Amino acid sequence: MSDRISASDPEIERLEGMAPEPGQLLDQPTSVWRTALRRFLHRKISIAGMVLVGLMAVMAIFAPLIAPYGPNEVLIGKQDVRRFEDPCIHLLGCPESQPQHILGLDENVRDLFSRIVYGSRVSLTLGLSTVTVAIVIGAALGAIAGYRGGWVDNILMRLMDVVLGFPGFLLAIAIVAVLGPGLRNTLIALAVVTIPQYARVMRASVLSIKEVDYVAASRALGASSSRILLTRIAPNAITPLIVLGTLGIASAILEAAGLGFLGLGAQPPLAEWGTMLAENRNRVFSDPHLVFFPGLAIMITVLGFNLIGDGLRDALDPALNE
Amino acid sequence: MTSYITRRILLAIPVLIGLLVVTFFLVRLIPGDPCTAILGEKATPAACRSFDQRYGLDDPIPVQLVIYVKQIFQGNLGDSLQSSRPVTQIMVERLPLTIELTVTALFLAVLIGIPLGLLSARRHNSAADVATMTFANIGVSMPVFWLGLLLQYLFALILKDTFFALPPSGRLSAGVLPVPFYEVWGWAVNTHTMWGGFLEFIGEFAIFNAFITGDWHLLWDAVTHLILPGIALATIPLAIIARITRSSLLEVLGKDYIRTARAKGALERRVVAKHAFRNAMLPVVTIVGLQLGLLLGGAVLTETVFNLSGVGKSLYEAITARDYAVIQGFVVVIASGYVIVNLLVDISYGFLDPRIRYE
Repeated sequence: MSDRISASDPEIERLEGMAPEPGQLLDQPTSVWRTALRRFLHRKISIAGMVLVGLMAVMAIFAPLIAPYGPNEVLIGKQDVRRFEDPCIHLLGCPESQPQHILGLDENVRDLFSRIVYGSRVSLTLGLSTVTVAIVIGAALGAIAGYRGGWVDNILMRLMDVVLGFPGFLLAIAIVAVLGPGLRNTLIALAVVTIPQYARVMRASVLSIKEVDYVAASRALGASSSRILLTRIAPNAITPLIVLGTLGIASAILEAAGLGFLGLGAQPPLAEWGTMLAENRNRVFSDPHLVFFPGLAIMITVLGFNLIGDGLRDALDPALNE
Repeated sequence: MTSYITRRILLAIPVLIGLLVVTFFLVRLIPGDPCTAILGEKATPAACRSFDQRYGLDDPIPVQLVIYVKQIFQGNLGDSLQSSRPVTQIMVERLPLTIELTVTALFLAVLIGIPLGLLSARRHNSAADVATMTFANIGVSMPVFWLGLLLQYLFALILKDTFFALPPSGRLSAGVLPVPFYEVWGWAVNTHTMWGGFLEFIGEFAIFNAFITGDWHLLWDAVTHLILPGIALATIPLAIIARITRSSLLEVLGKDYIRTARAKGALERRVVAKHAFRNAMLPVVTIVGLQLGLLLGGAVLTETVFNLSGVGKSLYEAITARDYAVIQGFVVVIASGYVIVNLLVDISYGFLDPRIRYE
């Protein structure tokens, strides 16, 4: 057993174990990827995940075409409507004389459906960028730790242990408290909290590859450390990072919504799902639709990324490649 | 074994010190000074000087750190800047609720999650398996606070006046005042002593206190108030535990020694119970330990939704008020608890699986 302090997460350990064995390195890269793709598309859960995420992506990209109103368009004075109006769908028998609002209206007489559609832009962008930042920094730290070894490795990894020693969401709250609430600081906080996971996975990959013949050959030819890391080692470490990253998008979206709910994330009037829930939480008994739909949007998106992540892991795990 | 445990504990010390130092500096990085945040309009320069002096905030930061560490070893976490009360006192009042909530959630998660996972693995690919895994996938994807609000809506509004009605928020019903067990038993307790403080702490566990004093009405009230927050907080860990149990048991059931056991004619029930279960539980134990961090994070959201004054809510309020002492104290206690639980989990491996060698 390694001498880490925090009990190791079997999920992360499994991904650490996905580092290729020295014998099986990129013999025929295309075929490896093609097999993985076939296995990925063969699973029902991967397809389900792709459909859900695809749905959200379409909503985000074509938001202005899909949403009947702007996310912050106040409809009072423009239509004969009240605050907190219930959903009105013409197909389901709502009289044609009333304007159609399929998910109803919120406190400020804004169309909830339009806000949810625009909210997908916020959540998807935030999820993707948080994970990108965390992967880039985490992988770099893990690569340096694994490649250099010795005291550099020790210090970096102990530092990662300290970060992992905090319950993640609480640390994120503390960081946002330091930096101030807002979307950008949410991104920074969630990235910092997840960096250690990526660092650990990357380090494990680097350790398993750095003494392999072709790496030694590159070194003998005088390639610089950064060149060896980028062109020889990184490509082999990429699969576990992809899996962890996909699942990471799901948790980033979930935690960003949590911060938004506490009033620490995106600030009103920005149409962010968690913030929308916070604005409307006191209406749960009188106007449940205002609470139900933003939460449903969060759940669908998170579920989609979780399913894709699971599908990818099963498709890319060499242990299952028989 | 002993040397391994000793080494493990020694290695945990730098992490704990790191946590302490990181928290100390992180808290001091929070913009805005405590004096203005707490005194508000009364924060004249003179008032702030005496405020800073009173709480030692005018010392250089390294000096503050040394004083703080010294105090910790005396069991003193400083005074709240907001209410001037000792942080340990606040902790005595707030920690029991959060412990009760997280323990309830963890119990629910383990008691339902493991059987679901086992069922799922034994009937691999059956309708029950698919249903369980669908439920698990949805469970891990649900925002805790959303689930909490939905449960409130369902049990406090839709099912109101039915047998299933449950209170939507709060720790106890209005007007219900729990009497600590030491008062019921007529003990003279001075809550300013260490022992008295400890008794007070124990007495704050509403369910436990009601149970040992035999107040069944109060016990029922306390339990019903914890059910909804418990379910909301338990859902994600439950789903994770069910998934890990399933995949771990499936993996073990594919091993050679299981085939041997089956070939010897052992009943399937016996194969699972005797041969597979214990080995399959190793990753589950790890995951259960790790859920603690998730539960503590989720507790902040759950306590906010259900209006419970626990650690999560206090911490959140302290951050908004820049109450350095409270934030520091709570974070140090929570993070230490987290590190210690994970340490225990690592050590427990050896008892579960004697094959593990502690090098």
